[in-house]
Amino acid sequence: MRREAPQRLADYGPLFFPAMMLIVFFVVPFATMIAVSFFQRQQGGFYVPAFELSNYQRFLSLFFANVLGFSLMLAIAVAICCVVLAIPFTYLLTRMARKVQIIWLVALLSVLSLSEVIIGFAWSTLFSRTAGITNLLVMAGLMSEAKALLPSFGAVLTGMVYQAFPYTVLVLYPALVRLDPTLTEAARTLGASPIKAFFTVVVPALRNTITATLIMVFIFALGSYLLPQLLGRPQHWTLSVLITDQAIYQSNMPFAAAMAVFLVLVTLGLVALTVIAGRKGEAA
Amino acid sequence: MSGLVLNNVTKEFGTFTAVNNVELTVPHGTFVCMLGPSGCGKTTLLRMIAGLDLPTGGAIRLDGEDITRVPTHKRNLGMVFQSLALFPHLTVGENIAYPLRIRSAPKEDQKKRVDELLSMIHLSGYADRPVSKLSGGQRQRVAIARALSISPKLFLLDEPLSALDAKLREAMQVELRQLQQKLGITTIVVTHDQREAMTMADTVVVMNRGEIRQAASPIEIYRRPADTFVADFIGSTNLLEAEADSSGRVNVLGQPVAGISLGPNISKATLSVRPEDVHLTAPSDGALSGTVTFVRDLGGTIETFVDIAGQQIIAVSTPRARPDVSVGQPVGVVLLPDVCVVLAK
Repeated sequence: MRREAPQRLADYGPLFFPAMMLIVFFVVPFATMIAVSFFQRQQGGFYVPAFELSNYQRFLSLFFANVLGFSLMLAIAVAICCVVLAIPFTYLLTRMARKVQIIWLVALLSVLSLSEVIIGFAWSTLFSRTAGITNLLVMAGLMSEAKALLPSFGAVLTGMVYQAFPYTVLVLYPALVRLDPTLTEAARTLGASPIKAFFTVVVPALRNTITATLIMVFIFALGSYLLPQLLGRPQHWTLSVLITDQAIYQSNMPFAAAMAVFLVLVTLGLVALTVIAGRKGEAA
Repeated sequence: MSGLVLNNVTKEFGTFTAVNNVELTVPHGTFVCMLGPSGCGKTTLLRMIAGLDLPTGGAIRLDGEDITRVPTHKRNLGMVFQSLALFPHLTVGENIAYPLRIRSAPKEDQKKRVDELLSMIHLSGYADRPVSKLSGGQRQRVAIARALSISPKLFLLDEPLSALDAKLREAMQVELRQLQQKLGITTIVVTHDQREAMTMADTVVVMNRGEIRQAASPIEIYRRPADTFVADFIGSTNLLEAEADSSGRVNVLGQPVAGISLGPNISKATLSVRPEDVHLTAPSDGALSGTVTFVRDLGGTIETFVDIAGQQIIAVSTPRARPDVSVGQPVGVVLLPDVCVVLAK
C-alpha cells in the first residue's frame, strides 16, 4: 500500500485530538512555567508579572551548581546501575519457560504499583539499626553489632535503583525477547564462550535499546524527590527536592520555575549529547 | 581413526526419546546429509555434534578424541544455522572475521583471511557492507564463509538452504558441494529435501523417530532401500504385497510372477518397485493384468495409474516407451526381478 502525504486540512483530522491534549496539558503549563520563571516574587507568597532575570541569577551560585551536579550524577548512577543489573537479568528471564517469565513479570509489575512513599519507608526500615538487615548479618555472625545504614548515599542509590529497576526490565524485555537466540548459539559455535558471546553479540546488538533505556531511567531518576529526603542527608538532596521546597514551603514560585526550566534544559542537552554520541559510534 | 564417530548416542527429553542409540561413522572429508521427516531427531543429532545439546547417553568422538562433554566453543567447528544468525550489528567483513577476532588473531591476518573468503564466495569488495543490505543468496554465502573462516575440523549446516527460492537453492547445492570437495572438509548437512541430499552427499543418512534407518550412498539408498520407510521416503515407489507358497513360487497381489525370490523361509514380504521400473505391455502371460485408471501426461514423461486387485500402481515412462493405452483399458504390468527390492515385513 502506498501512503500518500495528507492533501487537505481534513486529512490531518486524526491528529487534532492528540495535538489538543499535548497543547492543553503540556505546552500551556510549560509555557506558563517559563513565563513565571521571569516574574517577580511578592512577599507573602504571590508573584506579579514582570520580566527580570534575578531568579536565574540567584541560581548561578556554587551551592546550586553543586546540587545540580549531584542530581545529574545521582541520576546517571541510577541509570547505569539499573541497566547493568537489568540486562543480564532480563536476558536470563527471556530464556526461561513462559510460566516462570509470567511470574517474574507479575512480581515486577507489583513493585511498580508501590508508591514512592511505601518504597522509601520500607527501605528506611530495612536499613535501620533496630529492625534492619544488619541484624541478620549479626545473627549469621558476619557482623559484631547491628548498625544503621542510613541516611547515606548508598541508601538513596539502593532505593532509587529498586524503584527504577522494574521499568528498566519492562523496557528491555521486548527487545531481548525479539533477539534471535541462535545469535548466541552461532557465536558459541564460532568459538566464543557464553560470557564472551553475551558481550560480543547480545550487548552490541542491543546498543540502541540500551541507550534508550539509559536515557529513560536517567530522566525518571532525575524527577525523584522523595527518596533522597527519606534515605539521604541534606547533601544528598537533589534539585527536585529544592524545587519542591521553593515551590511549596518557601512559596517562591518564580524561583522554583526558574530551577525547573534550567533542569529541563540541562536534561535535554545531555540527552541530545547521548544521541549524537550514539550516532557517531554507529557511523564509525 | 580420523573422522567423526557416534557411539550409541541417545537424547531423551523427559520421557520422549528424540535420538535413540545412534551409531554412525563419518570418515574424514566426507559429505553427509541427514535426511528425514520433521521431528525425526536429525537437528537434535546435529546440535549434539555441535555441543549445543548434551546427549543423555553415548559418546561422540572426533579424530579419536572424546568430545561428548567438550563445550561448543572449544570444538573448533563451523556451523550454519537455518536462520543464518548473521550478527546484525557487524558488517559482512566483521561477521566473517568474528571467529578470528574471538581467538585474538592479528588484525592483518584477519583482513587477509576475510579477503580470501570473500573472493571464494564471489563477494569481493563487500567487506564493509552491512549484512542487512545483502540478498538472501549473498547472506547465505556470508554465513558459510563465516563458518569456514578458521578452517574448522567439522562443518555443520542445519537446513541451510531452506530460506532460498527453488532456483537459487539448486544453484547453491552445487556450489556448496564443489566448495566442500575443494576444501576436503568433513561436512554434515541436515535437510528434509531429498533432492538436496541426493545432489550433495557422499553418504545419505535417513532417520525416522530418532533412529537411523539407513546410511549409504545416495544411489544405493534409492536402488536398495533397507526398509519400507526408506523406500517410501526417498523418491516415490510402489509397495506391493508378495507371498511365497510352499514350493517357493511368488504371487504378487495374488498373481504369479516368475523369477522373484523372497529368500529362504520367508512367506510374506513387501516389494518396492520404482515407478520408472514398472513396464507396461499389452495384456499377456507373465505380466500382471490390471486396468488403467488415470493418465497424467506431463509431456516429457507420462504417469500411468494402473489398478491391480484394488491396489494402485504408478508407472512412469517416456511417451514412446509405452503402449498407447487410455483410461479403462486392460494393460499388462511387467515386474522384472532385478528391479524389485524385497523388504521384510
